[in-house]
Amino acid sequence: MDLLLQTGLNAVYAASYMALIAVGLVLIFGVMGVINFAHGELFMAGAYAVVALYADLAVPFLLAVAGGLLFVGVLGLVMERALFRPLRDNPLGGLVASIGFLLVLQALAVLLFGVRMEHVPPATQEIIAFSERVRFPLQRLWVVIAAIVLLSGLWLFLKKTRLGWALRASAQDPEAAALQGISINQTARIAMFIGAALAGVAGALSAPLVSVNPHMGHSVIITAFIVIIVGGIGSLEGAVVAAIVYAFIHTFVTTFWDGVIADIVGLTLMLLVLIVKPTGLFGTADRA
Amino acid sequence: MLKVLGWLVLIAALIGVPHVLSFSQQEILVFLTINVLLVASYRLLTLTGEWSLAHVVIMGVGAYASALYSRHFGIWVPVSAGLGALTACAVALVLSFPLFRMKGFYFLIGSFAAGEIIRLLWKRFREPFGGPKGLKRIEGMPDLDLGFYTFDFFEPVAYYYLCLVVVGASLWVMWRIERSPVGLTFQAVHWQDKLAEAAGVNVRAWRTLAFVIASGFAGLSGALLAHYIGTINPNSFEVEHMVFVLTWAIVGGTATLYGPILGAIVLTVLNDILLREIGLEQWRPLIYGLVLIASVLFLPKGLESVVQRATRAARPAEPEPKPQEARP
Repeated sequence: MDLLLQTGLNAVYAASYMALIAVGLVLIFGVMGVINFAHGELFMAGAYAVVALYADLAVPFLLAVAGGLLFVGVLGLVMERALFRPLRDNPLGGLVASIGFLLVLQALAVLLFGVRMEHVPPATQEIIAFSERVRFPLQRLWVVIAAIVLLSGLWLFLKKTRLGWALRASAQDPEAAALQGISINQTARIAMFIGAALAGVAGALSAPLVSVNPHMGHSVIITAFIVIIVGGIGSLEGAVVAAIVYAFIHTFVTTFWDGVIADIVGLTLMLLVLIVKPTGLFGTADRA
Repeated sequence: MLKVLGWLVLIAALIGVPHVLSFSQQEILVFLTINVLLVASYRLLTLTGEWSLAHVVIMGVGAYASALYSRHFGIWVPVSAGLGALTACAVALVLSFPLFRMKGFYFLIGSFAAGEIIRLLWKRFREPFGGPKGLKRIEGMPDLDLGFYTFDFFEPVAYYYLCLVVVGASLWVMWRIERSPVGLTFQAVHWQDKLAEAAGVNVRAWRTLAFVIASGFAGLSGALLAHYIGTINPNSFEVEHMVFVLTWAIVGGTATLYGPILGAIVLTVLNDILLREIGLEQWRPLIYGLVLIASVLFLPKGLESVVQRATRAARPAEPEPKPQEARP
């Protein structure tokens, strides 16, 4: 029983960071029409921002996380301006350009920090103990809180503000949106900033919890792919639900069998969804 | 006459090239020749308009299959390499049932998932795949005694010649396929799939055919690799390797047979020879990434478009690209 509870708590944490990453990826795909392969490296960049600010320069942890958010958001703006805008009519080109950007970010991480793993001391040692053997580190709770706050903030922004409407309009039909006087470049900028920043926050907050290394983005992007396909490639709500479902499945299978089996199960799940309902559990049309 | 002369010069150059290289460069040359087959077969698949991310894993299927056949059943290595290619075809045929329900991005990501599953199965099952450490001490190609000269295939130069023959023959077959009605149908399936369907072409069957043929050649390249390096593991066929194949194809361009090959040669020479000579080991991925971005931004039709423009300028009467540049 304790094991079940503990695994459930771990799954809640996993769901939170998966949702942050996947929602950003979906937002970028919805508005830009391009799959951002460098998304895992944006996560990595967020983690390294914390390494530099918090572990090396001793900036307070949450301030370092905010720094990571801004930094990775700006990286998103750079990608939009330098890569995706010139390649707007060439989605395959955008994909390859994002692969190039991925290599650049990885190489920069190696050059600046080296290939070895970085150890980030936890910002808080506090542990919420539900019982003798069911414990949840506060560090993980922060990720959960961040996911809830940021994602509901994003939801409100998209549903309640004019800018949010503009964003959804240009995701639905860029041409019609442009005819209504919505600047496609501006909505693209906003989407890239938010999407990248969400990945950056996830990376920054989990930096003390995972091993930070230049190649950590690899498993992140695979997870994100599974989540967005299962959820429906253009659906933000779907991404959240799929993140929760997948996190629980993956965490439980990892605990009771092993990690490789869990990956196989996840990929098989994704393949099944692709076969049975390619638009995903929540997807409707091709784009958000 | 000029054509024949061009061919002779090219063949002479290909035979001569290993003798001006250092030992490590000869090894790179062997890998490059194998990769030429891989990327050319990848292009055959993209003829129908679908971009797969499973191609390197399919190459691995050929490698694993050939290594296992020769080990467990004692099959003569050249035969087991052929069987490895056939196994890759069979696996591709099975994968085609789920995968070709999808198109575009869905196919891309679906193929990625399918490839990862296969790779993780190699990793998980120690019997017969050897687990994360993979297979070791894979049998090498048996020596070939021509009477006047004995090929010892542990030597990179000898193995290079073997690869040259196999890859050359494969490229010729692929070129014939592309020029045949089959190749034209592939093109129709890509550019006019609705029209082709209306004209009675079974689009899915043709996509499957392209996938299976391309996978066979990829499997053959895997077998060539396995019996040369002697050890393979799941990480040799990771998605990073696939990214390289993808970039060779994109940087070279996929409109012609020689485009991706050109991409593979230019990028390999840049990455493995020029940048290695300069010695900036850690800067290599950075420069590689920048080259990739720059080529997508400024050369969207690939290196082949440069060649086409050059040949067109030189011979305005003959607008068609010359296929003899197709050889590595």
